[in-house]
Amino acid sequence: MRDDRGHDGRCIDSNGQRPVLALLRGAGKQFGAIKALDAVDLALHRGQVLALLGANGAGKTTAIALLLGLQDTDAGEALLFGQSPRELSARRRIGVMLQSAGIADNSKVSELLELTRSYYPRPRSVADCVALAGLDGLLGRRYGQLSGGQQRRVQFALAICGDPQLLFLDEPTTGLDIEARRGLWSAITELVAQGCAVLLTTHYLEEAEALADEVVVLNRGCVVAAGPMREIQAHVAQRRIRCLSALDASRVAGWPQVRSAQRQDARLEVLTDAAEDVVRRLLEEDAALSELEVQRAGLAEAFIEITRDEGDEPAGRRAA
Amino acid sequence: METSVITSTSTSHADGHSVLRSYLLEARYECLRTLRTPSFVIPSLLFPAMFYVLFGILLNRGNGDAARYLLATYGVFGVMGTGLFAFGVTVAMERERGFITYKRALPMPPGAYLFAKITVAMLFASIISLLLAVLASTLAHVSLSAMQWGLLMAVNVLGVLPFCAIGLFIGTLVGGQGAPAVVNMIYLPMSFLSGLWLPLTMLPTVFGNLAPAWPPYHLAQVALAVVGMSKDSNIVLHVGILVAIAAGFLLLAMRRLRRHG
Repeated sequence: MRDDRGHDGRCIDSNGQRPVLALLRGAGKQFGAIKALDAVDLALHRGQVLALLGANGAGKTTAIALLLGLQDTDAGEALLFGQSPRELSARRRIGVMLQSAGIADNSKVSELLELTRSYYPRPRSVADCVALAGLDGLLGRRYGQLSGGQQRRVQFALAICGDPQLLFLDEPTTGLDIEARRGLWSAITELVAQGCAVLLTTHYLEEAEALADEVVVLNRGCVVAAGPMREIQAHVAQRRIRCLSALDASRVAGWPQVRSAQRQDARLEVLTDAAEDVVRRLLEEDAALSELEVQRAGLAEAFIEITRDEGDEPAGRRAA
Repeated sequence: METSVITSTSTSHADGHSVLRSYLLEARYECLRTLRTPSFVIPSLLFPAMFYVLFGILLNRGNGDAARYLLATYGVFGVMGTGLFAFGVTVAMERERGFITYKRALPMPPGAYLFAKITVAMLFASIISLLLAVLASTLAHVSLSAMQWGLLMAVNVLGVLPFCAIGLFIGTLVGGQGAPAVVNMIYLPMSFLSGLWLPLTMLPTVFGNLAPAWPPYHLAQVALAVVGMSKDSNIVLHVGILVAIAAGFLLLAMRRLRRHG
């Protein structure tokens, strides 16, 4: 995606093309004896959707807190639009949806929206917010009377009401049913199409896969992988072969380039780095083989692989 | 859906305009929110008035001095409760729920949160003042000059501030569940020890000697001077102590909020 709008970012990436909206440079944060973040580099460019992934305690929340100015870095720096995130003028260009907003039950939705819009110099119209977040019929209701999904939609509306250039979405769809989740995804996709950048953290890897074009994986406070989604997915060359076959699983497991082979009832499941060779041999050895399926490893497999082999490889390795 | 064009040049005019509006909206919605919370509204408005009717009128049997004394001290009792509860309990709850963190992430003008809460406390302090004034001037036949009524109102409305600061500090220390208990543990004993329910002269002298240690004592001395029930000539000192209490606790609270969110 090339940026064809005006160049307004004050901080230009080394490639000189797309302005950097949010930046962590060598950022470190320590809580007592625990290093929550250690020399983390992260850059979010205009128009990008960056998924920040990692297990609980990996440092995602701390990274977001530094970028929002909720906490100060112990080492390195955190910048929003080239400024300290503590600057009001930087935060006027972002929208925020945190894991829990703690909004009072006795606020009306319309009041929350009007107040939050007043924080921004050029807010989106109320009608736009209602349409984008799906708040039809909710404006007059009290926040506490809404369902969990409706409350999340209100929080999303509050995040986008300032017409931000950068949206922070921290676990935006946790606790939502599939329909509500898809609704939110399409709203996010629409905003991205309008040029809004997104920094997303999520536990749902399929959510990151559906929305993000850049990935940063954190493990124990360090960046263990970073790069375009395709490259991260390709981190694992592994593929999964499934078929109905009578072949002995333990014998297949002994074949070259087979990582593992398991039997589940009539179904044989083989993990391999060289699917073509293994499929050829399977077909040769079992003429009755049927229902052959070859699956590319997704983000989920890559994620498990990346966070598992973190111990063997240097932290901060960049795939990009 | 219209396509939003990204613009970055923000004029200071637009910013300046939106800041004032944010302050006013924040205060307005905080007031509305509070008025929708009966568990706060009813005790904070009713208790001082109820106690005044009970002790200043019904059980008082026409003692004009007592009616006058209690008009001043129940006013202090009322605004102290408002300041402590409006800040202590709500800040503790909002901190625990992550609301303060959320607000700090938003581009809310930094003073708007406190401004809104102070507005609520002052609004309630003036309602309490008015209620007591109506009861005192009608049922208890207390007569004060217009100047005195006005001053008493001002003492109550401004006198809520040191208790807002103490409440804010409590709110940064304890959780939402514990806050009401902590506030009550401070509120009720301090009211008694500061002579808000009974004149200190009716208690053993040790209470009178200890009284200057309690913040409401100083506000009560100012209020009693306004209604002509104190010969204390150190009003400026009492006001100074109240200002120092307000500033000190505000500083302590801000430091904790900055460090712990």
